[in-house]
Amino acid sequence: MSSARVVVTGLGATSPVGGTVTDTWSALLAGTSGARVLEEEWATDLPARIAARVAVEPTEVLERVKARRLDRSGQFALVAALEAWADSGLADADVDHERLGVAIASGIGGVTTLLSNYDMLRAKGPRLVSPLAIPMLMPNSPAANVGLAIGARAGVHTPVSACASGNEAIAHGLDMIRLGRADVVVVGGTEAAIHPLPMAAFANMGALSRRNDDPTAASRPWDVDRDGFLLGEGAAVLVIESAEHAEARGARVYAELAGAGITADSHDIAQPDPAGLGATRAMRTALVEGGLEPRDVVHINAHATSTPQGDVAECLAITNALSGETDHVVITSTKSMTGHLLGAAGALESMATVLALHHRVVPPTINLDTRDSAVKLDLATEQRTLPAGDVAALNNSFGFGGHNVAIAFRSA
Amino acid sequence: MASTEEIRSGLADIVNEVAGIPADTVQLDKSFTDDLDVDSLSMVEVVVAAEEQFGVTIPDDDVKNLKTVGDAVAYIENAQPA
Repeated sequence: MSSARVVVTGLGATSPVGGTVTDTWSALLAGTSGARVLEEEWATDLPARIAARVAVEPTEVLERVKARRLDRSGQFALVAALEAWADSGLADADVDHERLGVAIASGIGGVTTLLSNYDMLRAKGPRLVSPLAIPMLMPNSPAANVGLAIGARAGVHTPVSACASGNEAIAHGLDMIRLGRADVVVVGGTEAAIHPLPMAAFANMGALSRRNDDPTAASRPWDVDRDGFLLGEGAAVLVIESAEHAEARGARVYAELAGAGITADSHDIAQPDPAGLGATRAMRTALVEGGLEPRDVVHINAHATSTPQGDVAECLAITNALSGETDHVVITSTKSMTGHLLGAAGALESMATVLALHHRVVPPTINLDTRDSAVKLDLATEQRTLPAGDVAALNNSFGFGGHNVAIAFRSA
Repeated sequence: MASTEEIRSGLADIVNEVAGIPADTVQLDKSFTDDLDVDSLSMVEVVVAAEEQFGVTIPDDDVKNLKTVGDAVAYIENAQPA
């Protein structure tokens, strides 16, 4: 593995708080929640009837025929990827397509396409099942469609590790560049699972907040009254490339993608290891790979989904990973505003981490009214500034199955 | 029973919905693949939608013979319930 430096040169997002990166970032800094009550009839009987839908419907952005051939998760991915691609400056550049890759993850895949076609099968028979159902619902469909849109031929990948998927895609793209398989990789995650079946299933696991009467207060990481996560949807995409490639074309650099740490708990299929050992190792690995020390880290965008167990275990892991050197680390959970985007969470939060380093400002964690006494870290309850100079930040994502992926970024 | 023009017009709306082809270009002499750029998966969607709309059945073995819009219109015209 080479030690090639890799940088972030483009960002794109369609999220519950904004249809673009600019709108999403402004909303995060302002502490805006994307949560609302689901008014659809199918939501009436669900135990959790709240979610964070995208702020801008992808059908308002994409060409109609293009949109109807994509699952909702593919629509989100394409919207975010085209924004990131344009933002990087590569859309108008002479690109070596055989050195261009894609790694776009999804936690659940094309679940709305799968289930709507099953509804059609039951109602009208097999003839009415769409011939496009498979290319729409396959989990690699968003990555493949982004690859088609930009002409990626170095390899198109879809890492799947539940709610760690987005970060795993970023780690995969980093590996592709460091292994010399690509110069540029479009990485990220997408998720569109606001549908009665996954919502009933998550609720029956006890994973979802049931604060149906107060949706914007439902996602409250580290607060004593947290009762589960708020399901979100959307996509975020980053364009990463070797620093050499970026320098040669004079690209604007947001931050350096310094390292990634991927570990597994081997503890339980759904519960995090209460001691956070796997999460600790993931963060340490990301720092070591990035040549970073705990004292370099000034900010962490935590996984912190607003579940009773996970939020506390992560804080223990952060303290251990940084060997107790946490006084200078500002921690936030943007999930308090966006909800939990599952396989897109890591990508959206990595984007927020990159922007925090770029603009030297950390978005607040909203709804943190009474902090859990088990948490001693410096949690941002309002917008916070970051110091000047060479600093680093981490983004954590953990997934059902015991997957832990930490990404380390260094200021540019 | 729908007339030839009614069938052509209904088919044109379906092709527009499925493939985004302007409805007024969907004329009898046009080839689905060569002129209208309707790919094989979209063609399946067009056929199923046409079956629903005109109350006909178009077996898969017959679909491959429907090269032009005129072929499809004639097939539907003949297959329509009296």
